[in-house]
Amino acid sequence: MGVNKGIADGVGRAHGASTPEELKYQTEKREERLKKGLQPAGGTGTAPVMASSDPNEPLVYDPQYILMVKNLKKYFPIKGGMMSHVVGQVKAVDGVTFNLKRGTTMGLVGESGCGKTTTGRTILRLSGEKTGGQVLFNGQEVYDLSPKEMRSMRTKMQIIFQDPFSSLSPRLPVGEIIGEAVREHNLVQKSEFNAYIDQVMDNCGLQPFHKDRYPHEFSGGQRQRICIARALALNPEFVVCDEPVSALDVSIQAQIINLLKELQEKYSLTYLFISHDLSVVEHISDTVGVMYLGNLVEYGATEDIFRNPLHPYTKALFSAIPIPDPKAKMNRIVLEGSIPSPANPPSGCKFHTRCKYCTERCKKEAPVQREVEPGHYVVCHLFDK
Amino acid sequence: MAKNKPEGYLSARESRRISKENRKITSAMEKTRKRKNVPESEYLTTMHDPNNAVEFDNLHTYFFTDAGTVKSVDGVTFEVPIGKTVGVVGESGCGKSVTSLSLMQLLQRPQGQIVEGEIRLNLGDKAVNVAKMPDKEMQHLRGNYVSMIFQEPMTSLNPVFRIGDQVDEVISLHNGEGKSKEEVKARTIELLELVGIANSEGVYQMFPHELSGGMRQRVVIAMALACNPKIIIADEPTTALDVTIQAQVLDILRSLKDKINSSIMFITHDLGVIAEMADYVVVMYAGRIVEKGTAEDIFYHPAHPYTIGLMASKPVVGKQVDKLYSIPGKVPNPINMPDYCYFKDRCEMCVSGCSGAYPCEVSLSETHKVSCYRYYDEAKKGGA
Repeated sequence: MGVNKGIADGVGRAHGASTPEELKYQTEKREERLKKGLQPAGGTGTAPVMASSDPNEPLVYDPQYILMVKNLKKYFPIKGGMMSHVVGQVKAVDGVTFNLKRGTTMGLVGESGCGKTTTGRTILRLSGEKTGGQVLFNGQEVYDLSPKEMRSMRTKMQIIFQDPFSSLSPRLPVGEIIGEAVREHNLVQKSEFNAYIDQVMDNCGLQPFHKDRYPHEFSGGQRQRICIARALALNPEFVVCDEPVSALDVSIQAQIINLLKELQEKYSLTYLFISHDLSVVEHISDTVGVMYLGNLVEYGATEDIFRNPLHPYTKALFSAIPIPDPKAKMNRIVLEGSIPSPANPPSGCKFHTRCKYCTERCKKEAPVQREVEPGHYVVCHLFDK
Repeated sequence: MAKNKPEGYLSARESRRISKENRKITSAMEKTRKRKNVPESEYLTTMHDPNNAVEFDNLHTYFFTDAGTVKSVDGVTFEVPIGKTVGVVGESGCGKSVTSLSLMQLLQRPQGQIVEGEIRLNLGDKAVNVAKMPDKEMQHLRGNYVSMIFQEPMTSLNPVFRIGDQVDEVISLHNGEGKSKEEVKARTIELLELVGIANSEGVYQMFPHELSGGMRQRVVIAMALACNPKIIIADEPTTALDVTIQAQVLDILRSLKDKINSSIMFITHDLGVIAEMADYVVVMYAGRIVEKGTAEDIFYHPAHPYTIGLMASKPVVGKQVDKLYSIPGKVPNPINMPDYCYFKDRCEMCVSGCSGAYPCEVSLSETHKVSCYRYYDEAKKGGA
């Protein structure tokens, strides 16, 4: 483990708790997590977060998880030639496995183009058929449902899109944007419809008299609130938040993050929070998954991942976060080059082209998921015992 | 029947009246600008401090729109010293970009006009007031003395020209006298290598869509550096990029600044990036500077409530809080600015003096200046 020790010294410490207040805060947070029924960070949990590593074995439903994803794959065909036959595949999501507990938030981070958004959309069955793997939502395989069953399932799983400027129809008034799906699914009676929409808007910090206005009359933060209201109007259990704050200003960002947290407590929602802003993810998530080129390279409790990042990619990613302190000198690990093409991913470990600790083995053999400490999984040959 | 008119409603007649008035103002300004053979004495000036590369002095840039006059930049004064990086922070719409566009004379004319103030640019042996420069002279300054890295690398490159042609164009236009095509190409390749593009010969032949976001931003940086400018304006150069790529781009900018000894005016809303890059920081709010100082001043002793709020509302890795602070309310309407402190309605630290006129600048130390009534007493004590 000599190599591990060497690299562990680099970044982990920069984020470690240093002051007594922070330590106290962490203890509190840990107790809070225990209450939520989560594994304590770095503690000895008994319930396995991951199912067995054999990719072909079907998932067994565990009621504590609202969402179980195993070995999920989504390839997009590349068409070319005269007959536009398939000449290749973009492996956008290439074997993602994780489980998500009820009422918690999982953060999904990674560079752009690593398949975060596609993962979110594939889970919701929004981008056609999957290529492989399983998605169990409340024990039900999402891709086995008939179109009719899928319709009713849609009310339980919703998505908040990235850009509030392009995801709202400019031709519909706000009340109609929020209420359209409610009416479509007959969730409330006609007589109560207006009162219901008012209440949803009120919950999301919108004034009910804004109902007749159009999206262009609102600022970015307000629009994102409309997107959130639209998703929550259906009483979902699970919401995919696809970069909900990256298009917003810092001060507005804080409002939206606070709103999301508030609503989560109120309605015990489960979030899959996709973002490339690591500080936001750390703030909002209970567990974090780090993605690289369609794979989950590291997965675990937020504290574990941020205090003790193990995968070389996670370390590099974290060391690149700018810290608002002019005297902070970071041991920055600058990754050379950019992310390889997912249409032609490198052999073996996909990260080996940019990894400092690359060995011959990394170039040939793809690593498998390994539990390094309880609840902390990493996909890297460096951690083979 | 009187209709219930929403706030900010403007009748067509009113709007026509405003636009007529605006046209009078703007056409008069355009006329003075478009005169032929403007004598050099009109825009020659002297720097207040020869160590500064640029001095913004009481700059007012207004936009005369049909809904009213938008005071985008309303009395901005700060300096960019030679060889230093000045970070400009603020929310969107606070006038950061308009300040930099004023320096480049790239404002959307005729609506956008510099109505008052000076921008003094140090050219080494002389200094000029950019606000009064005629277009023809300005053309010599852009690229050679001042150049700009734009926000979105996706949209600031022309999709129908090859990368090489686009960079070549900059060189031959601004610095190309007596240079053959081969020499220009050699310089382009050299620039592409300078910004860390390994396959420079290959990239020279490529189109922008063949490059990733980070690579495109490098090309844009290479274009900005083509003629060794004295001042580089970086307008949110990393906002559209990933953290890992952002780190690479910031590294390039830092090392290049030392290599060609130029100043950088760095515009961003990311406080983390500012802390890493800037020597001096200017915090803008609603067209005015609310606080300025060295990076240490701003980050260790933020004084203005807006700066404090901005710092508190950003989650920081490793520092955990239960609830993020969010500044209440929103930015006032830029057409009808209040006559008291612009931040008063959102401020949680108001004192009795706040309902008075807009506070003037108070010095907290040699370098640290803030516009807030809370520090009036301190300044008086210090002065007495």
